[in-house]
Amino acid sequence: MLYREAGQFKTSYAADMAVFPIRQDRWLVAILVAVAYVGLPLIASGYLFRAILIPFLILALAAIGLNLLVGYCGQISLGTGGFMAVGAYAAYNLALRLPDLNLLLVFVLAGVAAMLVGMVFGVPSLRIKGFYLAVATLAAQFFLDWLFLRVKWFTNDTPSGSVTAPELAVFGCVIDTDVERYLFCLAVVTLFAVIAKNLVRGRIGRSWMAIRDMDVAAEIIGIRPLRAKLSAFAVSSFYVGVAGALWAFVHLGSWEPLAFDVNRSFQLLFMVIVGGLGSILGSFLGAAFITILPLVLNQIPGALGIPLSTAAIAHLELMVFGALIVLFLIWEPHGLARLWAIGKEKLRLWPFPH
Amino acid sequence: MGFFLEVLLGGLMAGVLYSLVALGFVLIFKASGVFNFAQGAMVLFAALTLVRLMEWMPWPLAFAVATAIMVLLAIAIERLVLRPLVNQDGVILFMATIGLSFFLEGFGQALWGSDVYALDVGMPKDPLIVLENVFEGGVLVNEGDVVTALVAGALVVSLALFFHRTRLGRSLRAVADDHQAAQSVGIPLNRMWVIVWSISGLVALVAGVVWGTKLGVQFSLVLVALKSLPVVILGGFTSIPGAIVGGLIIGAGEKLSEVYLGPYIGGGIENWFAYVLALAFLLVRPQGLFGERIIERV
Repeated sequence: MLYREAGQFKTSYAADMAVFPIRQDRWLVAILVAVAYVGLPLIASGYLFRAILIPFLILALAAIGLNLLVGYCGQISLGTGGFMAVGAYAAYNLALRLPDLNLLLVFVLAGVAAMLVGMVFGVPSLRIKGFYLAVATLAAQFFLDWLFLRVKWFTNDTPSGSVTAPELAVFGCVIDTDVERYLFCLAVVTLFAVIAKNLVRGRIGRSWMAIRDMDVAAEIIGIRPLRAKLSAFAVSSFYVGVAGALWAFVHLGSWEPLAFDVNRSFQLLFMVIVGGLGSILGSFLGAAFITILPLVLNQIPGALGIPLSTAAIAHLELMVFGALIVLFLIWEPHGLARLWAIGKEKLRLWPFPH
Repeated sequence: MGFFLEVLLGGLMAGVLYSLVALGFVLIFKASGVFNFAQGAMVLFAALTLVRLMEWMPWPLAFAVATAIMVLLAIAIERLVLRPLVNQDGVILFMATIGLSFFLEGFGQALWGSDVYALDVGMPKDPLIVLENVFEGGVLVNEGDVVTALVAGALVVSLALFFHRTRLGRSLRAVADDHQAAQSVGIPLNRMWVIVWSISGLVALVAGVVWGTKLGVQFSLVLVALKSLPVVILGGFTSIPGAIVGGLIIGAGEKLSEVYLGPYIGGGIENWFAYVLALAFLLVRPQGLFGERIIERV
């Protein structure tokens, strides 16, 4: 009933291929965007912004980046944390050494730096694939971890290894309060999500998916693996790098290399799996799920009146995360995005299932 | 020269320990085509089980009970994770083992506690000075490392024989080659999986004992497994001797580079050197040292 599309006729190919071909979807998205841009800043508290919304947005951006690589191009990467670190430290050094540079340009250049590093580590994907590649990307993770910890130039010789982001100012407007930070992240994420959605619908995205589904066959029908794989690594690392710069500048403020260790890579991979491989919507759903889950897990034992130590909660969290990954892979390998699609199908037929 | 030999020997010994963990990876990959990311968590789980059981009973008994628990774990993994995912893509199974690894890390520590436990199974620890008459000051060798190397060697020889000489070993290799084909000639897939996960549980236990004696039983054992990944890809996923040779190369290369290269480019390169070495190697020979060449067709 809710999804009754009777009477919605398409008269052109473009209308049929639109991102949201169904009117109800367009409304829903419009409402969501309105709530995100206008509603939430009016009602949400500072805690909500700092602890949930800002981390969610930035991690969603990184998850989109990773999803382009893993979900669309089929190249498993465990080095996401390292590429985020590249973005963060590139942004830090650019802002530090070129103080007159516009902040937006800093973020873009940080993304470009991550892109270049990502392409270097993507080169092995031309010869190796699958698990071998996963291990190879771990090499990127560990090497970058070490680089930012040991090479003092990157941290401007701070003795503790932790660095602090400069004041955020775009075109003279200082981004200071929680709401401003949130809106800044939201704008960036919206822009990048739209670009990603259109990228995967186009020629590049289709060549990625062909490589993912069967690379040998794709090569035979004329897709160049070199171009497809490297472009996937490049775009993915660019997204991840920008997310890293945002994470450092907007969310953390001051950080040390540990903020981007291998656990961050795993966390992002989980977001992509739980949310849905090969789905932009899924990246958001997965990021929301993984951001909120620890907070919920922290609350449940207390709410039930079971006193648990922090160590026990940490162990419980690991167990729940692990079990969820396995359960998702068994029950719904396409993740939350697929569940959402199934829900929409049901709504379309409801209340007459046949 | 004496110092060089000492570093080299230390590296080779560490390499043997890496290969012990790497063996677990290779076993499961060889016999089921699953790249088991949870091997490190299994090492931690096995070692924690053993060390806590030893508070109650003498160590040979504790070892037996821990082995039994690892077999139970193998059965549970087969039932709850592998069986529902049968005939799925290798990448899906790989991700499932990442989930499994997180679950086991949490479960093991929730069950047995997360302190650092000292593990003492009576392994000799005295330093030994050999070749004193050849070099000045001789070469320092740890007695425990020698015992470990012998254990690892025995384990590898028996596993290699098992895989290549017995009927069961052949069935296991058949399963790795093609799940469906193996099933269709009457090889019980589920039982094979239980067997191979049990064996790799046992290997994890042995690795847990030797690493636990060295480092104490604690969370960092999981990180040791991350160090063993380059060993596996260097040696080739499907080769048991490859795990050993790869371990020796990585162990020696790591220590030598730390000592001789470290001062120039900064310390702590041990953490990534193995990976970069393996990566460089993969570019030349994508299937690893002893791995089988993969031929693809549409």
